[in-house]
Amino acid sequence: MAQPDDFGFTEEAALLKASARKFFGEKFTADVLHNMVASDPSPERAPDVQWDESIWQQMVDLGWSLLAVPEAQGGVGMPLVGVAGLVEELGRAAFPCPLLSTLASSYILAACGSAGEPALAEIAEGATVALVLSDANGSWLPEGSPLGFSGGSLNGTGYFVQDAGKVSHLLVCARSDAGLSLHWVAADATGVALVQDSIVDLTRDQAHIQFNNVETQQVSADAQLAMDKAFPAIWTLYAADMVGAGEWQLQTTIEYVNTRQQFDKPLGFFQAVKHPLVDVMVMIDQAKSLVYNAACAVDCDPQNAHQAAHMAQASASDMADYASSRSVQYHGGIGFTWECYVHLFFKRQKHSQMLWGDAPWHRSRLAELVIDAAA
Amino acid sequence: MTEARHTDTPEQAQFRQQAKAWLQDNCPAEPAVRLPLTPLEIMTQEQLTYLQAWQKAAYDAGLIGCDYPIEVGGRGMSNCQRIANEEMLAAGTPFMPNVIGLGMAAPTVFYHGQEELKQRLLPRLFSGEDIWCQGFSEPGAGSDLASVQTFAERKGDKWVINGHKVWTSLAHFAEWMIILLRTDKTVKHDGLSYFVVPIRSALGKGVTVRPLIKITGETGFNEVIFEDLEVDDAYRLDELGKGWQVAMTTLLHERGAGELVTPRSGGMKNKSSHNINARSLIDLARRSTRNGASAAEDPLLRDKMMQQLIREAGMAANQRRSRVTALQDHPMRLPLQNKLLMSEIAQDTAGIAMEIEGATASLYLGDDAAPNGGQWPMAYMNSFGFTIAAGTSEVQKNILGERVLGMAKSK
Repeated sequence: MAQPDDFGFTEEAALLKASARKFFGEKFTADVLHNMVASDPSPERAPDVQWDESIWQQMVDLGWSLLAVPEAQGGVGMPLVGVAGLVEELGRAAFPCPLLSTLASSYILAACGSAGEPALAEIAEGATVALVLSDANGSWLPEGSPLGFSGGSLNGTGYFVQDAGKVSHLLVCARSDAGLSLHWVAADATGVALVQDSIVDLTRDQAHIQFNNVETQQVSADAQLAMDKAFPAIWTLYAADMVGAGEWQLQTTIEYVNTRQQFDKPLGFFQAVKHPLVDVMVMIDQAKSLVYNAACAVDCDPQNAHQAAHMAQASASDMADYASSRSVQYHGGIGFTWECYVHLFFKRQKHSQMLWGDAPWHRSRLAELVIDAAA
Repeated sequence: MTEARHTDTPEQAQFRQQAKAWLQDNCPAEPAVRLPLTPLEIMTQEQLTYLQAWQKAAYDAGLIGCDYPIEVGGRGMSNCQRIANEEMLAAGTPFMPNVIGLGMAAPTVFYHGQEELKQRLLPRLFSGEDIWCQGFSEPGAGSDLASVQTFAERKGDKWVINGHKVWTSLAHFAEWMIILLRTDKTVKHDGLSYFVVPIRSALGKGVTVRPLIKITGETGFNEVIFEDLEVDDAYRLDELGKGWQVAMTTLLHERGAGELVTPRSGGMKNKSSHNINARSLIDLARRSTRNGASAAEDPLLRDKMMQQLIREAGMAANQRRSRVTALQDHPMRLPLQNKLLMSEIAQDTAGIAMEIEGATASLYLGDDAAPNGGQWPMAYMNSFGFTIAAGTSEVQKNILGERVLGMAKSK
């Protein structure tokens, strides 16, 4: 299938992106974020879920949580390229909320055909979802799921569950005798025990979740197929989040190096500072272009979606790493402190880099597709 | 990768059809002579004659100068050069020899020259009958271009030029040179003026062209010495003292960030040419052995090749995104990266190719056992021409940091 030259980024998508930037810019500046999530600097602090549910409710009211739900189930059914625009702005604000995990689950459910429809209809009604998939070693492949399903109940512990403390539902990938299975489970169902992880990133919450004989139905679809189909969309959105956060890091650091003077010059005068910041910009632009390229492939050219999404994720992960290190380094001493906001985005980016496979992992998968499969 | 669906205007769509049809019947056959990697290494008259014939044919078919007005030899179309370029690249045509004329001289003369001068010079520039070269750099003026010293002294309605230009590609074939001259020694930027100078007719009469040998052993660029060369004031572009501003038009187009799209063709495959891209790295790795196994199975090389593939895809996606206004925060942010990205990516690709080749990367063009005819070590050495010429990568980063990100000027 052919791709539109403009990525299919319509006026509607442009409007959504612009309104999202305005929304976060007005309601959720970095100082608001800092006040909300960074009140306890103690390294041994107990895990806590800090977020502003009233802002999230406004986002739900705007329809943002159901963008990926097809219209037939009461959602918006927006193309991924438009959703990516919203998520880029979300990343720029580092806003703590279950949008990404709800979107990720929506793409998996949407790939389940009619079996996914009841759950999608609940998302359209405001349900929020976290995805339970990974084992204790952080495998993001469905076949690595540590959970078992037999005799109508789920058992085992799922790890690295994002936004777990903010959601009403869980989408669980498990292994059963018949292969992989997917399950739609209420977060407060009997037998579900959520243990919050103590994590570096202050803008997210993460948990491991124990399932003790949790009685549940199976979403009767080919889980492996559905997840494989949904992965490119999920990778692309996590990359979009990193791109937005990277742009915040760049702009904030530029502002600082243009202001801060040493040797009677602003820091940005010195090429030892200037050139690496240009490199950061170049990496952001590459990642950003590849994000929209991948989103367009998911929308219009599915047979190239995996390749394009691997490229976007690998590019965004490397960028996140470099943008983060430069943002702290060029803020100098103050950048090393808790009071300077750059640490919030630094930590979010380091966390994002590890989700859904890091850059070398995506490149090795890409190599299998372009070197081995084509050989 | 899938081909993008074109969102052509009716004029573009019709033009694309015409171009496609013409190219189907008229794309030239591979020449008997070995062609150089790029137009900047054209060394022999045979190579030039073949390439000039192609450019003339393409111009006559309407594939060059599409967006220029008819009065100056163009086709008076709107945004059609890009279409012609896409079709010429897809058809695997030879490249065009008059690259400096098309990419730099034409837009500069067009924006800054007097009407009569445009009408006289541009048609023969487009057709490739007149080859052009560029006289900017000097022994003492490289990255600090505004410090050029080649001096033009007023003598009635004439100017007398004395000085020394270097790195002048194609000067040995050129009829004309665009040249940045000092007309006032008391001020730096405002003491510069911009001219077009006929050099071929003045060879031995005030102009000397001497070849410089490149790191690869090839020739292709030159030094040009001016000794009391007289030129008419009519050859001046724009006002006296405005040379720096005119030069910015040239440089913007040279770096792929100008208003007018440069005519480009290429893609012809022959035994001595090869593509410098990640796909060709993969092909090379499949043919190469490393530690007793295929180099295509080496995990570190795979990772490097994928990094290159991703950078290339990113550059293509940048081009695509630069046409979507809603996905940009600054209009020059993507265009000003073109030159930096293209040159740096090509250099790294060639470097990785040598790594894949291992010991056989030591073999050069004259050795029959050299993989790819020894082209990869040559391409690697040659790539420094691109990261140095037209504003070094370091100068590009200054421009991006200052003009796009607003950091303080480093000078």
